[in-house]
This record gives sequence, C-alpha cells and structure tokens, in this order.
Amino acid sequence: MHNILELKNLQKHYATQKAVDDVSFSIEQGSIFGLLGPNGAGKTTLLRMITGIFYADSGDLLFDGKPFDPQNDFVHIGYMPEERGLYKKMKIGEQAMYLAQLKGLSKSEALEKIKFWFKKFEMESWWNKKVEDLSKGMSQKLQFVTTVLHEPKLIILDEPFSGLDPLNANLIKDEIYGLAQRGSTIIFSTHRMEQVEEICDHIILMNLGKKILDGTVTDVKQQFKENKFNVQFKGQPTALVSPIFTIEHQEKQQLILKINEGYNSNHVLNYLLQQDVLIESFNEILPSLNDIFIHLVEGSKATTRAFQNN
Amino acid sequence: MNKIFLVASREFKTRVQKKTFLLSTIGLPILIFGFYALMIYFQVKTTDNFKVAVSDQSKLFNGKIDDKKSTEVIFSFIDADTAALNKKLNNQEYDAYLFIPNDYNLQSGEPQIAFRSSKALGLMTREKIENRINNALEEKKLLALNISKGQLDSARLENNAISFTTNDGKKDNETKVGISYAVGMIAGFLIYIILFVYGTMVMRGVMEEKVSRIAEVIVSSVKPFELMLGKIFGIGAVGLIQFIIWIVLVFGLQLLIPVLFPDVAAQMQSAPIQPGAMGAATAVKESGALQGILSGLAEINFTLIIGCFVFYFLGGYFMYAALFAAVGSAVNEDPQDAQSLLLPIMMPIIFAMVIMTKAVNDPNSTLAIFGSLFPLTSPIVMMARVAHGVPDGVSVVQLIASMALLVLGFLGTTWVAAKIYRTGILMYGKKVTWKEMWKWAFKNN
Repeated sequence: MHNILELKNLQKHYATQKAVDDVSFSIEQGSIFGLLGPNGAGKTTLLRMITGIFYADSGDLLFDGKPFDPQNDFVHIGYMPEERGLYKKMKIGEQAMYLAQLKGLSKSEALEKIKFWFKKFEMESWWNKKVEDLSKGMSQKLQFVTTVLHEPKLIILDEPFSGLDPLNANLIKDEIYGLAQRGSTIIFSTHRMEQVEEICDHIILMNLGKKILDGTVTDVKQQFKENKFNVQFKGQPTALVSPIFTIEHQEKQQLILKINEGYNSNHVLNYLLQQDVLIESFNEILPSLNDIFIHLVEGSKATTRAFQNN
Repeated sequence: MNKIFLVASREFKTRVQKKTFLLSTIGLPILIFGFYALMIYFQVKTTDNFKVAVSDQSKLFNGKIDDKKSTEVIFSFIDADTAALNKKLNNQEYDAYLFIPNDYNLQSGEPQIAFRSSKALGLMTREKIENRINNALEEKKLLALNISKGQLDSARLENNAISFTTNDGKKDNETKVGISYAVGMIAGFLIYIILFVYGTMVMRGVMEEKVSRIAEVIVSSVKPFELMLGKIFGIGAVGLIQFIIWIVLVFGLQLLIPVLFPDVAAQMQSAPIQPGAMGAATAVKESGALQGILSGLAEINFTLIIGCFVFYFLGGYFMYAALFAAVGSAVNEDPQDAQSLLLPIMMPIIFAMVIMTKAVNDPNSTLAIFGSLFPLTSPIVMMARVAHGVPDGVSVVQLIASMALLVLGFLGTTWVAAKIYRTGILMYGKKVTWKEMWKWAFKNN
C-alpha cells in the first residue's frame, strides 16, 4: 500500500506562537486516520495546510507521492471543516450543484452524482427546499454529501458527528467505512475518543503544535498498557499474596491485579491455579484512548494555549 | 478563471432571482415616474372656463384686459364691492375675482390689486392670469410714459450682446455652463451612490459567507482571491444590469409623457433628453429658454461623458468593492463592528463628493485637479470635470493620467484587500482592529 499523504517536518508559525511545530507523519491509502488533540493543538491549522488553504512555512507535503499542488490536487480532496455552513437562502439542489462544480465536476456529472447521493440518503424531496428550513442534522448530512460526492482520494472530516442523532451518525459512519473500502483515505479529527477507537486504524495525537503520539490504535494501547488484568472467579476468595502481582482492587468474585516487573500472565495463572481458584475469565485491561489522551495532555499548558489561540 | 466565473454567476443569479431585485429595479423607476407624473399633472392641470369677475373701480382697464380670446380664463367686468364679490364667489357664480381699488395708482402700484379665488390655483392657471394682468398693466404704464411697445422691444438688449469665448475660440455660453454643471453633478452623484450601494452589497455578501461559516468550505476548492473577485464581478454585473434597466425605463417612460400630457408635449417639442419629468415642468415654464438648453445640450459631448461614466463606474466600483470586501471579511457576527471599520473607507468617498461640488463650478482649480487624479476620489470628481468637456474642463493628458492611476489604484487596493480577506474570512470570534488588518495586509503570513 502506498502513502496518499506524507508530511515531513511541517511548520507553521503565527505571530505569537508555533501553531504547527515540526510535524511529520504519513497516511496509507485506504486507511481511516484519526487526528487527535486538545483545543488549540494545531489540528485545524494542520488540516488547512493539507487542504491548501494555508501554506506551510517550511517542510514538505507530498500528496499521492508528488509535492502537493493545491491548484490541481484540490479536486482529489474533500474537506468538511469544523466551522462549516451553507448558503442559507440557496436551494439545496442548487447549493449541491454549485459546490460540486467548484470541485471541477461538469454540470451533468454533478447532477448525476447528486441524484445518486440524495437517493442514498433519502434526501430527494429536499431539492427545492432552502437551507434555512433544514434542521442541524439535515444540513450536516447535506454537508457530508457535498464533501464526498466528487469521489475524492482524501476526505477530511473535522468533527463529522457533532449534532447528529445516533441513527444519522451510524449512517455516516457506514458511509465512511464504505468510502475507505473503495479506496478513499479518511482523516478524521475529533475529541470524541470512543469514536476514534471504533473507527480509526491509525492515530496521531497532537499537543501544543507537536506530534506526541503516532501509531495504530492497537499499538498505542499496547504502548500505554500497565499490565493490568481482570480475573473473575468462583468460590470464596482466599488471601492471595504473591511477589508476581499486586492487587489493585478486589471484589467478591473479581480481582484487578497488576503484574510486577519480570513476570507475565502465565506466572499469574500458574499461581492462581495452585491456589485452587476457579477461574471464569482472565483478560488484560487495555487503557482507553480517552485515558491515554488525558494522561498525555494533562499537565501541559494545553488549556491555557487553547484560550490564547482564539 | 472558470472558478471565478462560477462564483460570479452564483452571486449574480442569487441576487437577480430575489423578489427585492425585481421590485427595486423595475418598481422603483415606475414609482418615481408615477410620482413625477402626478406632480406634473397637478401643476399643469388647467381649469377650463375659469371665470374671473373683475371689479375695476378705478376704470383702469376700460372694460377689457387684453385682446386675447381665451376659453381658459374668462374675465368679465362687473361693478361690485368686495362684500358682493365675496358673496358671488361663495355662490360659485365665479371662480375668482379681481378687485382694483378706486384710488389705484398705476405708477406706485398702491394700494395693491386683490385677487381672490375660491380654491388654490393650479400653477398653469396662475401663470396665465398673472401674465395677462401683468402684461396689461405694463402696457398701461408704458402708455402713461408715452412709450409704445414697439419702441421698448427695439430698445431691449438681446441676451447675446456680449460674446463669451474661451481661448481656443469656442463659444462659452451660459446655458452650456449650466448644463455642464447639471450633467457633472448628476453623474458624480450617481457614481457616489453606486460606490455605496454596491460596495455595501459586496461587504454584506462577504459577511454572510463568514457568518454562515461557508467560507472555509469554499476556500478549500477556490482560492480566496478567486472567491473575492468572483463576488465583485457578480455583484458588479448585477449593478450594471440594474443601471441599464433603469436607463431604459427612464427613457421609455419619458416617451409616455406626451401621451399622458399632450399640453406639455406641445410645448416641449423635441424636449431635452434628461431625466424627464422635472425637466419637462421647467421647460413648460420657460419655453423660451428651451432653445438655449437644446443648443447647450448639443454642444455637450455625450459619447465622451457616457464613456467616461462607464469607465469610472467600473473603476471606482472595483477599487472600493475590494476594500468593502476586506472590511466584510474582518467583521464577525456583530454588524456593529462594520460601522467603525467602514469609516476609513467612507471618508474618501464623502471627501470626493465635497471636491466634486467644487469642481463642477471650477473644473480647473488645484483641488479639482488633485481630486480627479487621486484614484480614491477620481471616479466622482472626474465626472464633474469631464462634463465641462475636453479640453475645457480637463486636458487629455490629465484624463489619461487619471484613468491610468485609477487602474493602478484598483489593482493596488485589490491586492491589499485580498490579503486582508484571506486571513479575515477564516478568523472567527475575534474583534479585528485596523491595526491588525494592516498587519495582515503588509506582513507575510
């Protein structure tokens, strides 16, 4: 698989601060990529550079293996920014046509694709409605359609689920999977860690303009695991004391323990079997992305910077 | 280029399809025309068989005002005092009466002759009555001095006793100067209005894009500069169309005047082509001056003026539209912010208007020359000078220099505005000052 996007030492300075400070990473084609970070971490600036709205101060940006050329590559990118809107007074059909044509589609192509997507999302009856008559969720759906309808290679979605009910969120989620399967790459930026865990293959975490974490969701979790295990058992608990592990929490039939340095899970199981404990389940507790996020970001000056930024 | 066209055509279509556009483009001239037509109607309206009782106590007129046989105003002599006359007026036997007191002195005009009518007179009727009585009185006075009317006419100086010419031998008559004044004033004022109306329209459009948060979506497919230009072109086209419709309507409705008011038409003949009804009313009043106005108009180079008007219309619009767009991009939700940011843009326009009022009087003053060259004021001021003709009002060199400076000026403001615009449309939730806009424009970011 080749990389659709490669960032090398990308930098962007504003008058008072480094918004993006020496960030490098690459994104595989067809993957769903999570871009995480607290407010003011530099995500929006980074995305604006990837979409060609801003130019980087220094560093290289490769799109599909070639230096990024916003003038021509914009047709392969679909961007749904966090601050998004539509022309309120325009009819929905005309609006979709306009945005599609701006992405370089001809009139007939645009019409055909809009009809296809409107049908898919059951929006056909909306064509002559005005945007101001739509609910927030409905206009969100329309925005999603206009972002993806020109079949871009790279789709950038900034908080795509905010304001959507679970039903519509699932609809969009399924579409995201579908698009990735058909070869599109998706960059997904959000604060909602449970969505990232569910959807993304690969994540990076930014804070204060720097990349502080990069890897697949499983790798990252492995990296931050604390060797904690959850044991469920039957029968009366006995006093379990061993150098192999320390007990963090004990309930009637459940035990949360942490394996000490130099031992592994087999040592624990062995010990427990010797103690004649009837084990029902034994599994590792991996940290959630939320925990990792809070662990990494807490304590930095991220919150103060978030307020300075705007 | 294709994208600028796409943006422009969207701007154009959404505005032209609005009901308010139709209303203001077609409704407004019709409304104004209707208003003027009503005004003319009431002013011109003459009452047939307007009966005036004349009670000539001093036997001044000997039972006859003049030899005219008019059916419009009929003077009939009766002998009655004011009380009796008032009664007759109340009984509607007469529409008005004229009372010449017994001790009326022709030379001093004392005590005054009283004219009383049952209701206010129309302008035309009043004119007619006044003219006839004044003429009759004048003749009586001349007779008393032993001068005949023929002698007086031959003694009168014609208007053109002195021949005013300019250095290059061209005739410089008063009516021409007057017409140049009017044409310059109207053209300058129109451009002033255009700059404000369409400039604010551009600003509102930019604000709408920013407030509705569509700007970022759009600039991911269009360069901010293209978006701004598209908007300016689109709204400019709306303005141009609107103006063309207005002009066509004004000329078209002008043709209606003779149909509606045959009286006026008869006196207007081939009346001057200027925004109609008011001109018509004055033309009726002094139909003698009509000849002068016509010849004055003939001397004005309308091809030049219309050509210059279109050039300065577009040049001025493009220059200011970009600035208005920059301000719009810096404004957040609160339209109040726009007020303070607009001030520096409105100042030169108002300043230009002030210079223009001076320049129509004195097209070659230093102030007028400066104002017509400086690109921020030239669209308005130059129209005042051009109306006086080339080279009387403005030399060819100055005109070309002014046009070149305007083009440079509009490239300059557009370049600066584009940089402010680029940063501004993506900046949310922050109140922007001029200092910051200056930074955006002149520091690289």
